[in-house]
Amino acid sequence: MAKYITKCKLNFYNSRKAGKIAIVTMDNGEDYRKPNTWSLEALDSLNEVLDTVEKDPDVKGWLLVGKPFIFNVGADIMSIDPNVTRDDALAIGRKGHATFKRIMGLNIPTVAAINGAAMGGGVEVSLYHDYRCIAKDPGGCDHFAFPECFIGLVPGWGGTQLVPRIAGPEAAVELIINNPLNQNRMTKATRVFDLGLADRIFAPAEFVDDSIAFLEGVITGEEKVEKKQVNPKMDDDLYNQTKAYIESRVHSGAIAPYKALELIKGAGEWTLDEGLAKEDEALADMIVSPQCKASIYSFDLVQRRAKRLPGRPQNVQGQRIKQIGIIGAGLMASQMALLFARRYQVPILMKDIKQEFVDRGIGYVRDQLKKQVKKGRMSEADARWMGEDLIQGTTTYDGFEDCDFVIEAVFEEMGIKQKVFGELEGVCKPECLFLTNTSSLDITEMASKLKDPSRVVGFHFFNPIAVLPLIEIIKADKTSDVALATAYDIARKIKKTPVLVKNSPAFLVNRILLAMMDGVLKCVDDGAPFKQVDKAIVELGFPMEPFALLSLVGPAIALHVQETLNAAWPERFPINQGLKNLVEKKKAGVYLGADVDPEVKEGWPQGNKQFTDEEIQQRVLERLTREIGLSLEEGIVESPKDVDTAMIMGAGWPFFMGGITVYLDQKGYSTKVLGKPFHTGNPLAE
Amino acid sequence: MDLRDAYFIDGLRSWYGRAKPNGFYWTTRADDIVTKIMKELMRRNPEVPWDDVDDNIWGATTQSGDQGTTMGRTTVFTAGLPDRVPGFSVDRMCAGGMTAQSIAGAWIKTNAADIVIAGGVEHMGHHPMGAEADPNPRIVTEKMVEPKYFNMGVTAEKLHDWMVENGYPEVTREESDVYSYHVQKRYAKALAEGYYDDQTVNMAVFTPDGWKVADRDEQARPETTLEGLAKLKSPFKAAGKVTAGNSSGLNDGATVALMMSGEKAKELGLKPKMRLIGYAFEGVDPSIMGWGPIPATDKVLKRYGFKIDDIDFIELNEAFAVQAVAFMKYFGLKYPEDPRLNPYGGTIAIGHPLATSGVRLSVQLAKDFELHPEARYGLCTMCVGLGMGGATLWENMVGKDL
Repeated sequence: MAKYITKCKLNFYNSRKAGKIAIVTMDNGEDYRKPNTWSLEALDSLNEVLDTVEKDPDVKGWLLVGKPFIFNVGADIMSIDPNVTRDDALAIGRKGHATFKRIMGLNIPTVAAINGAAMGGGVEVSLYHDYRCIAKDPGGCDHFAFPECFIGLVPGWGGTQLVPRIAGPEAAVELIINNPLNQNRMTKATRVFDLGLADRIFAPAEFVDDSIAFLEGVITGEEKVEKKQVNPKMDDDLYNQTKAYIESRVHSGAIAPYKALELIKGAGEWTLDEGLAKEDEALADMIVSPQCKASIYSFDLVQRRAKRLPGRPQNVQGQRIKQIGIIGAGLMASQMALLFARRYQVPILMKDIKQEFVDRGIGYVRDQLKKQVKKGRMSEADARWMGEDLIQGTTTYDGFEDCDFVIEAVFEEMGIKQKVFGELEGVCKPECLFLTNTSSLDITEMASKLKDPSRVVGFHFFNPIAVLPLIEIIKADKTSDVALATAYDIARKIKKTPVLVKNSPAFLVNRILLAMMDGVLKCVDDGAPFKQVDKAIVELGFPMEPFALLSLVGPAIALHVQETLNAAWPERFPINQGLKNLVEKKKAGVYLGADVDPEVKEGWPQGNKQFTDEEIQQRVLERLTREIGLSLEEGIVESPKDVDTAMIMGAGWPFFMGGITVYLDQKGYSTKVLGKPFHTGNPLAE
Repeated sequence: MDLRDAYFIDGLRSWYGRAKPNGFYWTTRADDIVTKIMKELMRRNPEVPWDDVDDNIWGATTQSGDQGTTMGRTTVFTAGLPDRVPGFSVDRMCAGGMTAQSIAGAWIKTNAADIVIAGGVEHMGHHPMGAEADPNPRIVTEKMVEPKYFNMGVTAEKLHDWMVENGYPEVTREESDVYSYHVQKRYAKALAEGYYDDQTVNMAVFTPDGWKVADRDEQARPETTLEGLAKLKSPFKAAGKVTAGNSSGLNDGATVALMMSGEKAKELGLKPKMRLIGYAFEGVDPSIMGWGPIPATDKVLKRYGFKIDDIDFIELNEAFAVQAVAFMKYFGLKYPEDPRLNPYGGTIAIGHPLATSGVRLSVQLAKDFELHPEARYGLCTMCVGLGMGGATLWENMVGKDL
């Protein structure tokens, strides 16, 4: 990772009208796929350039620019030694500050030309310049972000202090807190310019030329720049709103965004040097924090490891997909049709038993496409093409002979699924794959009635499909390598993250979630109030309260999965009477408005044990630890990293807990319950 | 139908780089250079309704990679012209740009177009000469062209010998060198005096050493001495006469011109710089490719009723000095310097990114006319690989009304 060291390359341009201009290019010598980053060596190289420029009295202006498509994406977090001491961490912050402040100290006009992706320390270096030009999106700077809070850090090289001073505390909160907590959302050049963080926005085609011309104009005085008038003081409303927003996203689980908020607020009160010193301290605290380590582990899992497709058969060519079939036209099936249409852009047949079901499914797809058009994310022509030409509804198997794969999303009953696959086998070409979206049925059994069971593979989506990026790929006993490889390719093509899971009851994510639920329900059974349990669990940092999750999934489905697990492991997954009663009463959840539904309370047998929040957390986490340990022992997945990838992508579990296993190690649960940690040494290096 | 007049409104070029890893444009796409000069042309001529351009024609010898995908069409997008503007690419090797400009003129004359962008581009660093060529083997087996004459340097050596063998005056090595020396000096003087200022545009380029500004012709050697030239050896022949010092180099760059009908120019209130009188292309024995400008010039003069003495300025693309000296001797110009021929320097100093050069000649001729309003007619001429010559004939419009 540190192999590609970004160098600051100095060239001089002798402008006829403005004199000698220093053009400083950040470049690691690789193409855009390996972006420029800041490392200690890169900072040294910037210092060397500054030495030269400071000494040359003929230099009339300074321009900092990146390589094509990339400005600088900030500190290379993967290169941070996991055993770094706080003193070393402090030194990292100070070195960045000291280096960048030298740009501020130059007594010539300075311009940062943000030509492409800029993140973290890449954004920060630009803030020390007199002016910023930014390349217009699309194609210029489409990725501008402070991702620090997303990975358990705070901006540590001036971001929290300079953004409020340049563009105001609202802009700082949006960029440094809100966006990273909103799935690490990226900002585009146009928004950066509107926020007042850039002084000029130029088209990408001649961006560097235009930026040089701008600097020439500044030097000669022809260019007049109106700076945004900013009050860096944060008012109480913004502070309270932001705090409430952080609580809604991470509850009290994550530390970094709260720290960032204090630093942004402080920018309105401190001198710059005071603020930068506070940033140093905060960054050092965060770098050595367990949350940051877990976050970096998680980041590496989803950004790098998952993209290498662990578990895909090597050197096996997946099949080409030119037509797709879907059996069922319910909500899940319609969401699939929409996704396949957008990503594959090939004909899709959606079959159900009644025309009205088909019409409802097609109607859903078209409504969703219309919404995309309204949001400006799709042209009307494309929406019409996908909704009316690509996706065809049908009640017969006509046309299925041309499908390259068919995925079923029919009722969760073995007999029905076997029947569907049997009928398909009579119509489809021999190489057509059969995918099943079952969440709980045995796939080997599902395939067993076929002449060729090797064509069946599990392909389990998570609801809502548009939000959760996980696909559990389930290999049945006879699944062929080609089928498996193709399933991986399909997952990548629709931009999902595949995790290979053994064919076993409820597969992985639902089993883990039900184990957690089991711990939760037992606490309630013993006497803990619903609300106390919800609060205790969500405070750990999970994305939602357990009983909110129960409502989202639907009590009936939860019970169904519990029954599946109970059939396999009756001791560990007893049928919960309260849940059963809830389903019988057809309740959507345990709450009615803000309070517990009295009818639910009535039908839920409870003991009278008093719990502290810690006791609840301990019980639930121990239950989780046990189930994860067993899953790994049974080989449901290959490694704890698969567990974490699946829980992050399929259940939205937080980066700062490392999915879950890193957190369970950090808190000692794994050693206590299993006798050893999930990870030995540095989990990143495993 | 009566023919209409076609006019040269404006033209400019990128600076020409050396086609080497340390040259300006080594990591810059050919079509990005085209985009840059098209945008500059548009910026410089705000009175022109650019949405109404009738065609965008680009010459390039290699039509693949960053010079492929029908660059005349793709640069419509990259330069920001509207979708309705069509475009295409042409190839006549070195005369690709000259051919594009001739087509533009012909279409305007025949009322098929009013506003046409025509240019030439060549990134010889990305597309070394002949690298992607697959000539028909019959050309060699049936002795249509000897394979050695696919190498342009060898044809230049042959031209020296052929002239003597065929009763033309000899061109000596020394004459070629002296001529080249004068080209370098004339170019250096013109550059310093600002002759090239408004026919070139600077361009920021990303290089392995970081961003730089391509702001000069990289090949020019103002420090050239006669002694230095005399020491150079021919890479093409033992005791040969053609050297790096008396030839053009391998270069990257692009040149563009805006051509327009008289009606349109008048309607827009534009003052054209030149009127295109006509053009001619003519083939010769491929082994004496450099002879091409002579029959092409004879042809264009004859077709349009001119004599060489009617011509006030000749911009000749001297891929090799020998052809310039041969041309001077054939048409009775004054050697080693004739005030009518390449008065402000030439290809040996500027560089020769193949298909660009024909258009560059016209851009310089327009500047010659601007500096000499009394001049009436001018000629651009060049040699072309595999034995061809091309020539365009122009009338000075400076100070004249439409």
